[in-house]
Amino acid sequence: MSTITLQNVSYLYSAGTPFEKYALKDINVTIPSGRITGLIGHTGSGKSTLVQLLNGLLRPTEGKILLDGRDIWEDEKKIRDVRFKVGLVMQYPEYQLFEETVRKDVAFGPKNMGLEAPEIEERVKMAAFFCGITEDLLDKSPFELSGGQKRRVAIAGVIAMRPEFLILDEPSAGLDPVGRDTILGGIKKYREETGGSVVIVSHSMEDVAVYCDSLIVMNKGAVYAEGDTREIFSTPEKLYGVGLDVPQITGVTEALRSKGLGLPSDILTVSEARDAILSLAKRRGLL
Amino acid sequence: MMRDITLGQYFPGTSVLHRSDPRMKLILTLIFIVFVFLAKSLWAYVWLFVFTFSLLIVSRLPVKVILKGLKPVLFIIAITVIFNLFLTKGEDLLFECKFIHIYFEGVMFAVYMIIRIVCLILGTSVILTYTTSPVDLTDGIEQLLSPLKKIKIPVHEFAMMMSIALRFIPTLTEETEKIMNAQKARGADLSSGGLIKRAKALIPILIPLFVSSLRRADELATAMECRCYRGGDGRTRMKRLKYSPRDLVLFLVFAAFGTGIILLNIFIPYLVI
Ligand SMILES: Nc1ncnc2c1ncn2[C@@H]1O[C@H](COP(=O)(O)OP(=O)(O)OP(=O)(O)O)[C@@H](O)[C@H]1O
Ligand SMILES: [Mg+2]
Repeated sequence: MSTITLQNVSYLYSAGTPFEKYALKDINVTIPSGRITGLIGHTGSGKSTLVQLLNGLLRPTEGKILLDGRDIWEDEKKIRDVRFKVGLVMQYPEYQLFEETVRKDVAFGPKNMGLEAPEIEERVKMAAFFCGITEDLLDKSPFELSGGQKRRVAIAGVIAMRPEFLILDEPSAGLDPVGRDTILGGIKKYREETGGSVVIVSHSMEDVAVYCDSLIVMNKGAVYAEGDTREIFSTPEKLYGVGLDVPQITGVTEALRSKGLGLPSDILTVSEARDAILSLAKRRGLL
Repeated sequence: MMRDITLGQYFPGTSVLHRSDPRMKLILTLIFIVFVFLAKSLWAYVWLFVFTFSLLIVSRLPVKVILKGLKPVLFIIAITVIFNLFLTKGEDLLFECKFIHIYFEGVMFAVYMIIRIVCLILGTSVILTYTTSPVDLTDGIEQLLSPLKKIKIPVHEFAMMMSIALRFIPTLTEETEKIMNAQKARGADLSSGGLIKRAKALIPILIPLFVSSLRRADELATAMECRCYRGGDGRTRMKRLKYSPRDLVLFLVFAAFGTGIILLNIFIPYLVI
């Protein structure tokens, strides 16, 4: 299984002009393999910058990014291979569609990899399946789709490359609950079936609580905390300090606990809360 | 990459040049251009060179960055120099080899051309673009040209179009970069292959760019209509331009510069070519 490690990575925007600014400062982190990792942090904390460094769209001002122990910038000509291994879906990716049909657009990545036509066809089908794109949508023009459908097509375009690391920058921002669950659920399925690693940037604590196994918390261009989702959300005060929150339901159960109800302290999702409350009620003989 | 181009970019600041009236700066730019082309003798060129660099220093712009910004015109300068060096005929032969003849006059002319181009670009951008925000600039143009409204030329509309165009350059640059990054992330190869392959590689970038520009234009038009924009008639402004004593002083300085060029041309006509 592949690994990505960042060593003393810093990134400076607009170097050499009056507008220069450190977006990342001295980052040391290993992206967990074989799991879904959430990347959270307040606006401007450097999440988008970090994910663009991971697949070589940006080149670190200082430090190294190691993919399987090798600096990805060791040979500049091979950076394209890195991008096939580390697939990145940018923030608001729906503006990148350009082909006549959805099918052709999703095939753009695999085609760039130099795959054979049957293999491409198969990968488009697989990606469409994970992203909930139906057969009739595949032959439409991407420009006549709704915003949420475009988003799914754009994500399918990266999944079709079958990257070992799939990185998504705010994949669910601005979608309705069903659209959000289709996308995040599809990503989870993709990870389970291919056994790769996924990084999801998100502002929704509820989403990361449900879908992510571990979290990396950013603050002002530095890694503020990292660890298992449950562990990170078990210290709410630490998160409040950097403009973040715990999932609403965790807040609710926390409030109930402080009123003296014997609920566990690490509840992250609504269904967990339901089970805990039901079993508490049973124990007290209310049901 | 694209962000590195400083030519035509505005650098916020507080120098005399930053604070003077954009109308005056437009006039001064015209005066400056005229006198750049009037310089003839060696000392007039030296005077021009010194004046331009004094402007650069007075403007308190980051000199290094500004000089780096000249890189894109290096090519034009190189071509002019080569043409002047090899094609100018004169009397004082310096070097001869088969069909190549280089005369002293050619060398001097090439040097003059370098000074002229560098001063022209540096001077106009220091007086105008580097030190004037695009909004002020179009305001200045609109007001300077407003007499033309009398003969039914839609000055306000032109100025509005220009300020919108200027306003959207950085947005489009950013958008282009984003789209390029998105396609690169899908393995698009933009920098290898022959001419046709490279042109084809641009399609995935140009189509989304056009689509989003059209969408933006549409949205902007709607937004302007929502705020009841209906052209220049009876429109008042929040920021009114006013000349100050500073502008007069600046004008006198430029008058002195122009007079200097003329006097040096006439009284020390050394090395006029
Ligand atoms: N192209 C750019 N040029 C200059 N500065 C930039 C650029 N992109 C980002 N920055 C700056 O770098 C910092 C980090 O930005 P980044 O986009 O990585 O934040 P983010 O965590 O993704 O924020 P958000 O949650 O709002 O997407 C910000 O302070 C931002 O102002
Ligand atoms: Mg971001």
